[in-house]
Amino acid sequence: MKKIIMTFITGLALVTASMSTMAEIQSLRGAHALDKPSETLDKRKQIKQKDGFERSYKIQPPMIPHTTEKDRISLKNNSCMKCHSEKNHEKEKAPRIGDSHYIDRDGNKLSDLSSRRYFCTQCHATQVDADQLVENDFVGAK
Amino acid sequence: MGKLKKWCSSMVFVGIGVGVLLWGGFNWSLELTNTVEFCISCHEMESTVYQELQETIHWSNRTGVRATCPDCHVPKEWTHKVYRKIRASNELYHKFLGTIDTPEKFEDYRLTMAMNEWKRMKSTNSRECRNCHDFASMDLDKQDERSAERHDPHVWEVEDGIEPSLTCIDCHKGIAHSLPEGWEEAVDNDPLLSAGLEALQEVEKE
Repeated sequence: MKKIIMTFITGLALVTASMSTMAEIQSLRGAHALDKPSETLDKRKQIKQKDGFERSYKIQPPMIPHTTEKDRISLKNNSCMKCHSEKNHEKEKAPRIGDSHYIDRDGNKLSDLSSRRYFCTQCHATQVDADQLVENDFVGAK
Repeated sequence: MGKLKKWCSSMVFVGIGVGVLLWGGFNWSLELTNTVEFCISCHEMESTVYQELQETIHWSNRTGVRATCPDCHVPKEWTHKVYRKIRASNELYHKFLGTIDTPEKFEDYRLTMAMNEWKRMKSTNSRECRNCHDFASMDLDKQDERSAERHDPHVWEVEDGIEPSLTCIDCHKGIAHSLPEGWEEAVDNDPLLSAGLEALQEVEKE
């Protein structure tokens, strides 16, 4: 009998404790009602910036100063190379892909874009005029 | 004599009636084959190039104007249209042969098909592009700086009535469908398609 009462009391204490913690936890939706549609974010367009963005640190892959919505990188073709390749960059007045992009993982210099550098958007990103997620006073290295 | 005259005049009316029916029927069926629905009724078109088109600006854009298959691939003028339709019998032949009936076969054949279309465009001075895109109504001030800069000499060629040095398709390849593998080399090695492109290289370098 004593055992049963003890178990009951412990159980009650646990339930009370967990309920009080639950009250502190808040959903990521905040106080937004469950049956309401989620808040929509402002639509942002990809930015075009003449002469490109400045780098924030020394070896930063340059950010893309134009839209790339219509560009496609596939197994057969890389549409970035229409302008940025060795062959086309002068005609298109576009920056040529860096020398490092011709070197394979064994350090051999290739005549064409190395396969490990093929997926441009892995390092180079388009930009939108977005608000800062967290207020900060970051200044890039000059 | 009176009987013959009557017969003749009735034959004329019958002839006109039959003519209108045949002519109308011919043009009606011609237009029936000039729709997206007709084009994508073959899976060869529906599962490949049609899907690619849907990701491009010719499919969806700010102003909601859409270009579909026949707008670019079939001439608008009647004689050119009928000529193109007759040429299309070759495409029917290959449909029955099954030349491109799998995605793999389509990819193997993509360069050949693209080259055919580019050559057609180049030899007609990109006639189908110009059904909608007319230099006379193109406002270069509203374009991106680099686009305007590159269009400018060609606008003046048209203005001055000079033979165009380049045509739309020379630069605007792969705008509605994926580019075939090895297209750049293929274009450079083709005498028709590479014509005028070297001049561009030099002009832009200056």
